[in-house]
Amino acid sequence: MNQYESKIVYDVKGLNLWYGNDQALKDINIQINKNEVTAIIGPSGCGKSTFIKTLNRMIENVPNVRTSGEILYHGLNIFDKTMRVEELRTRVGMVFQKPNPFPKSIYENVLYGPKIHGVKDKQMLEEILETSLKSAALWDEVKDRLHDNAYGLSGGQQQRLCIARALAVQPDVILMDEPTSALDPIATAKIEELIDSLKADYSISIVTHSMQQAGRISDKTAFFLMGELVEFGNTEMIFSNPRDKRTEDYITGRFG
Amino acid sequence: MDNQITPQNQIRNQIRNHIGRKKNNSDRLMPRFFLIMASVSIITTVGIVLTLITDAFHFFKEVSIFEFFSTKLAPLGANPSFGILPLINGTVLSSLIAMMVAIPIGLTSAMYLSEFSSPKTRSFIKPILEVLAGIPTIVYGFFAYSFVTPILMKLIPTLEAKNVLSPGIVMGIMIIPMVASLSEDAMKSVPNALREGAYGLGSTKLEVTTKVVLPAAMSGIMSSFVLAISRAIGETMIVAIASGSSKNFTFDITHSMQTMTGYIVEFTSGDAGSGTTGYYSLYAVGLMLFIFTFIMNLIAQYISKRFREEY
Amino acid sequence: MDIRSEILNDKGINPMKSNNPTQVKVEINRQRINRRVLINEILKKVFFASTLFALAVLSVLLYRIIAQSIGWLDWHFLTSKLSIFPEKAGIYGVIIGSVGLMVVVIPVTLILGVSTAIYLEEYASKSRFQNLIKVNISNLASVPSVIFGLLGLALFGRFLNLGSSILAGGLTLSLLVLPIVVVSSQEALKAVPNFLREASYAMGAGKWTTIRKVVLPVAIPGILTGAILSISRAIGETAPLVVLGIPALLLKVPTSLMDDFTALPIQIYYWTLDTVLTPEYANLAAATIVVLLITLFLMNSIAIVIRNKTQKTY
Repeated sequence: MNQYESKIVYDVKGLNLWYGNDQALKDINIQINKNEVTAIIGPSGCGKSTFIKTLNRMIENVPNVRTSGEILYHGLNIFDKTMRVEELRTRVGMVFQKPNPFPKSIYENVLYGPKIHGVKDKQMLEEILETSLKSAALWDEVKDRLHDNAYGLSGGQQQRLCIARALAVQPDVILMDEPTSALDPIATAKIEELIDSLKADYSISIVTHSMQQAGRISDKTAFFLMGELVEFGNTEMIFSNPRDKRTEDYITGRFG
Repeated sequence: MDNQITPQNQIRNQIRNHIGRKKNNSDRLMPRFFLIMASVSIITTVGIVLTLITDAFHFFKEVSIFEFFSTKLAPLGANPSFGILPLINGTVLSSLIAMMVAIPIGLTSAMYLSEFSSPKTRSFIKPILEVLAGIPTIVYGFFAYSFVTPILMKLIPTLEAKNVLSPGIVMGIMIIPMVASLSEDAMKSVPNALREGAYGLGSTKLEVTTKVVLPAAMSGIMSSFVLAISRAIGETMIVAIASGSSKNFTFDITHSMQTMTGYIVEFTSGDAGSGTTGYYSLYAVGLMLFIFTFIMNLIAQYISKRFREEY
Repeated sequence: MDIRSEILNDKGINPMKSNNPTQVKVEINRQRINRRVLINEILKKVFFASTLFALAVLSVLLYRIIAQSIGWLDWHFLTSKLSIFPEKAGIYGVIIGSVGLMVVVIPVTLILGVSTAIYLEEYASKSRFQNLIKVNISNLASVPSVIFGLLGLALFGRFLNLGSSILAGGLTLSLLVLPIVVVSSQEALKAVPNFLREASYAMGAGKWTTIRKVVLPVAIPGILTGAILSISRAIGETAPLVVLGIPALLLKVPTSLMDDFTALPIQIYYWTLDTVLTPEYANLAAATIVVLLITLFLMNSIAIVIRNKTQKTY
């Protein structure tokens, strides 16, 4: 057993990131553990979205982005030349702010990932479809209309479909970028419930603008402010007894 | 108080009088003027349809519909015959060749410009496509006849000096910018969120393009193809110069063939005396051509309306 | 096996989630990913090559035409009249013919096109008539140009008895490019922000006053850009003029709008057709093409300059 088989999934060491000349992340050091929900909070523009998009290198789709430092994923630097970004993103799923199903059937949406990975066996695909939709708590609602266009689903259902789509390639981590910001409270509650149940099998990092949400669903909380990681620790500790004055100001609603 | 003459009152009265006058003139007359001007476009369409139909009507008084849809075309012979099928054949074959050039190259260019290229390359390539699109078709015709045909004759020894292959290819090149820019517009309007979703699942750029962007933009792409076909059917000068005026009914693209447009141009620049059957045949052929392109445009509009994706 | 050694292991077969038997396994096959990335790279280059095809054609086309025109395009060529002898032939009368066409096309399309656009954008309510005009214009834009020739032949040539005069040709071309001017003028009018109109109305100005004093001055650069582009389309248009029955060899230089004429693209057409018998006609055609392309290039440059100079931000 080596050290990386321990609980740490992501080990971020001295991460800096610039958009052109503007530094968006400053010397971030953080660890994300297996089977835990890590919430990332902070006011808009604090770099929380940038940070989570760096974890699967989605940020590289933005022109003129530079990074320095290391992000170790199971001990391997994701910026290393030998790391295929396609493989990284297969192992690390992502759910976005607004539900973004493809304009295809529910079936095609969920099986997009397995298909590009060359799964052709029909029975296996059906199995993946069912387990993914079940894990995303969507199976019962859509099992009779799997071949309907995904755009016929409600916003909350679409977001759960996107979660199912991410689960279908069985990632190890799921990154969520404000997954409930476009949803109503009932749909939000369902997603939060789902996140709680997914914790058993996945590590989850979730960016959220709602401190209540962070408090409800996360084990660890990281507070970002102006590109800096101000405080990181157990959610209970952060919310009940923050060490940093700025964290306290933020969670008590003095700004942001 | 009202009839006191103060400077303010004077100005106020002046403005009131002014408004009164203006109402009577420009604001009432101008809309009518503009309406009349705007009607010209409708009159033009009506004029096109009317001339085509009335003169085609004269034609069909003398030539039976069966003769019209036959393969024998000899308008100037001692015993003239007016079968349109050789012309339709030439039109369809040259358009098919053009599409075989324009669709693959146009679509791949659109994919490259929309999904793969850096902004710098794009800003370099786009103006070139615009220049290509702005070159008059007569120039392409000259190019086909004096450059492409001689090259093709070296490759295919049996190729005639006038043939369908060379103008078909050049017509395809001419249409590339149209397919590329319309398809690129369709692909660019696919929201980025869909691309991100696909990247997030570990797709390569190619997979994002072919499996997510292309299907989502399909309606726009298909309608660009149909519009391109319509453009090829109506294209005149390239085929008039390079594909000659043979009126034989053949499927051999190394031979000279005449298109509907080519027939119209050849016949009018000869001596088509007004009132002869030959003169009226121009309008019968023109009517067919109009119907062909009109149907294509209806199809294109239907595709882009019916299958419009809502994101 | 842990994920780290799995990633490091080049075979990269992934028996994931052994702790969760309900899940079906998707293998992450390293070789397969490498292959996908490779295909991506190869096709990217193929697509790029295909895009460059347009550039290649453009260069070959320009090179060929310029090469063929060298030695023929000189001052004599520009200032002499047509002749059946290639060495003597010049395109002075042809240029005059093209200029004459523009004398007709420019005012007619501007008045018709801009008025139609103003009606559609500023006056028309969402009525069926307005919709009819809109649909009609988009359909008119896709009618083959040769059919406009047939219309011109029947309407201007025979019915109004204008024959194949400059006026008949110019009016035919005006109708042909009308949709382009209408659409581009509409775009220019649409780009005028509404608050400018509202400000004018709020001061009690009438509709026409507002259009004339506020909307048009802002929209004119855009309208001009579109107009120049459509006029350059008219300069290069051949088919409708051929249908009108322009004479193949016209030795007289036109002096009025009612005279017969020939224009640059027409002359290119006739010379190209006759290259079999007189090969030098190809050089004359190439030289005329160069003149035509330079004209178009200058016009487009003017349009681009106007567009760039007047890009406003509100």
